[in-house]
Amino acid sequence: MQVHKYDVVIVGAGGAGMRAAIESGQRAHTAVLTKLYPTRSHTGAAQGGMCAALANVEEDNWEWHTFDTVKGGDYLVDQDAAEVMAKEAIDAVLDLEKMGLPFNRTPEGKIDQRRFGGHTRDHGKAAVRRACYAADRTGHMILQTLYQNCVKHNVEFYNEYYVLDLLTVDEEVTREDGTTYMQKKTAGVVSYDLANGEIHVFQAKSVVFATGGLGKIFKTTSNAHTLTADGMALAYRAGIPLEDMEFVQFHPTGLAGLGILLSEAARGEGAILRNSEGERFMERYAPTIKDLAPRDIVARSMANEVREGRGAGPNKGYVLLDLTHLEPAHIDAKLPDITEFARTYLGVEPYTEPVPVFPTCHYAMGGVPTNVNAEVLQDNDTVVPGLYAAGEVACVSVHGSNRLGTNSLLDINVFGKRAGLAAAEYASTAEFVDIPENPTAFTENQLNAMRASTGGERTSTLRTELQETMDANMQVFRSEETIKEALAVIADLRLRYKNVQIQDKGKRFNLDLLEAVELGFLLDMAEVMTVAALHRKESRGGHYREDFPERDDENFMLHSMMYLDPESSTDGTNGIRADTKPVVFTRYEPMERKY
Amino acid sequence: MSTPTKEAAEPASKIDMKESGGGGEVPSFDVTLQVRRYDPEFSDEARWDEWTVTMYGTDRVLDALHKVKWEIDGSLTFRRSCAHGVCGSDAMRINGRNRLACKVLLKDLDLSKPVLVEPIKGLPVEKDLIVDMEPFFQSYREIMPFMVNNSPAPTGERIQSPEERERFDDTTKCILCAACTSSCPVFWTDGQYFGPAAIVNAHRFIFDSRDDAGDMRLEVLNDKEGVWRCRTTFNCTDACPRGIEVTKAIQEVKRAVLSRSM
Repeated sequence: MQVHKYDVVIVGAGGAGMRAAIESGQRAHTAVLTKLYPTRSHTGAAQGGMCAALANVEEDNWEWHTFDTVKGGDYLVDQDAAEVMAKEAIDAVLDLEKMGLPFNRTPEGKIDQRRFGGHTRDHGKAAVRRACYAADRTGHMILQTLYQNCVKHNVEFYNEYYVLDLLTVDEEVTREDGTTYMQKKTAGVVSYDLANGEIHVFQAKSVVFATGGLGKIFKTTSNAHTLTADGMALAYRAGIPLEDMEFVQFHPTGLAGLGILLSEAARGEGAILRNSEGERFMERYAPTIKDLAPRDIVARSMANEVREGRGAGPNKGYVLLDLTHLEPAHIDAKLPDITEFARTYLGVEPYTEPVPVFPTCHYAMGGVPTNVNAEVLQDNDTVVPGLYAAGEVACVSVHGSNRLGTNSLLDINVFGKRAGLAAAEYASTAEFVDIPENPTAFTENQLNAMRASTGGERTSTLRTELQETMDANMQVFRSEETIKEALAVIADLRLRYKNVQIQDKGKRFNLDLLEAVELGFLLDMAEVMTVAALHRKESRGGHYREDFPERDDENFMLHSMMYLDPESSTDGTNGIRADTKPVVFTRYEPMERKY
Repeated sequence: MSTPTKEAAEPASKIDMKESGGGGEVPSFDVTLQVRRYDPEFSDEARWDEWTVTMYGTDRVLDALHKVKWEIDGSLTFRRSCAHGVCGSDAMRINGRNRLACKVLLKDLDLSKPVLVEPIKGLPVEKDLIVDMEPFFQSYREIMPFMVNNSPAPTGERIQSPEERERFDDTTKCILCAACTSSCPVFWTDGQYFGPAAIVNAHRFIFDSRDDAGDMRLEVLNDKEGVWRCRTTFNCTDACPRGIEVTKAIQEVKRAVLSRSM
């Protein structure tokens, strides 16, 4: 066991982690632990843009952006956080430009902007050009630019280090009124070096989780193979609650059958969705902004067209994204990558043929609860000193029940920066917390048991069964029946997971072993997501219950908070305690969400 | 890149649909993979392993590797992440050419013969298809892959015309997969050569109108291990999964070195 000591340890090197590292690295002794080489992170797959009310091409302001974010999230957004994000968006874009990001430009040489789903002028009057972009490679450019600046500032990376445990200690604290509670404190993390299988303990005053999402819970997903809910699961196992986990975004335009993302920018540039009858069906579902309605609405509309028999293709299983009325030169200039995806993976020529698309699991709105300073909360309002989270792993909550397109690239930049600043600031005065005794015992026992297991279950078999049940039961349409079906399958898989047997017995680059560990994260988070979905007996944003098709503000205008609690039993699901947390309102009263 | 945003004509609400394509049943076929294996923990010798697996219509080489790893031999080891050609993890030699495994469709290969899969060349092999990427990133870091601008920052953005932005567009597409560098015969024989990827990333800044450190980068690349080692074999351009005209970029850097020294 090797022990390292840093002021700040950042876990994850996607957009949020590297944005944090750029700030923290210039102020405190900082290390970034990442299970992938930094430029491999899935931020690089983001395509369409990053919204900020620069007003470079038409009138706009951050208050309109705040409103759109709140409405897009079906009013489950914490409005103070949305305000911070929309306000700081402008500097976040300008920061990136000054770091060298090659944005597309207007004829005057300013950053160009384009339309994106749910982003409107003056509280919903019409679509507005708010998304700053670099062709359809905005995420790629952000990831590269942030990595370039990490190189510039000599940020210290530990590449291919998997973090497998979060070390915290509980301290009894007495309140002013004499009552007591257990306060969590951050001590560090336990990490596994993929290259040789060695375990490292990183003691740190501040730990920033920036580990990304959980897309691999589902079979059809735009997410990378490596997005296995690691950070959420580690926080949850350490006793941190998870907020709004039932809300998962299904992006409308995944390549049919493959799930590969085709950016909403296609529709921003004028592409439209059609069913097998050639009808532009979004005119029926969202008469004002049609194909540029928020993603939850478009995804459900598409699934509904297919369900009602108007799907295209041999099995009537998808709808069509039609770009054929756009000029090929315009497509080449604005959407080069995604049209290449259609050609490479489906053999479809977007100039002349519509592209088969179907919703694909894309983004977790929920995650580790934080306040606007990216400080992690151990309950509704108690901060865990020294623990931070930013990006998809976190829930601030700026996305509520449905994230608007481009707001994730914005989220990682605004809250990544805030996390890095806050983590360094805290470390400048805090003392190290002593590492608990036997810090690696949990991790080593888990890995040794997996290496020794002769149980005969395959990781891939269990993972496939999980993904199939989640696609079938927890996608854009849910009901008590489907949710309970998913829960039963997950419970069975959890039992079988104890018998997972790996074939690779070596120490070097043992990805067979790590995939088995990652499956454990996926199973934990699938269960939390499903239990949260069972509790929310209403339909809101990305969570649609066929047995409760209306939004129910009276009973459910609340964040859900799920705690690991072996003592508790919820609707037959042992070990998860469900609680709620009030939504923060500042200026917008909930209204019916129409587009 | 520089096409200004313009209004697209409002498309028709309803159009006549031709038979929407996609064909009927997805065809399946057998694929034989031969993979170069190496794990120094168990043997100093590399070996070839062979498997035959049944695959489907749109499957890629990466899917076949996963099928082997997940269903036959869990010890088969390779890097991968995004699985659609943007993260750069899975560059490997497929039938002797550097490709991303997630971008090569099996149906586009000659399946009457085994598909040969080997690690990329010129970097130390760690295990199976995984190589040590550190020397590659070391060269990348040496060309100062970040924007340097010495003038006071404006309140808003720095102004750059669409034409200026277009000038370096091609080289911004690099995903650092090393397919180009590890296809270069000069790099194979001389590991000190910066290699195409580092030069591509230098190009991205040298030709960015906002950058002030072009001369410093040209100085670095005028070194004996710099651009002059390039023998314009075009392997790199052929290997680039992002379609970057790598050799052309290297030529432009060479010309910039010359015009600077004159």
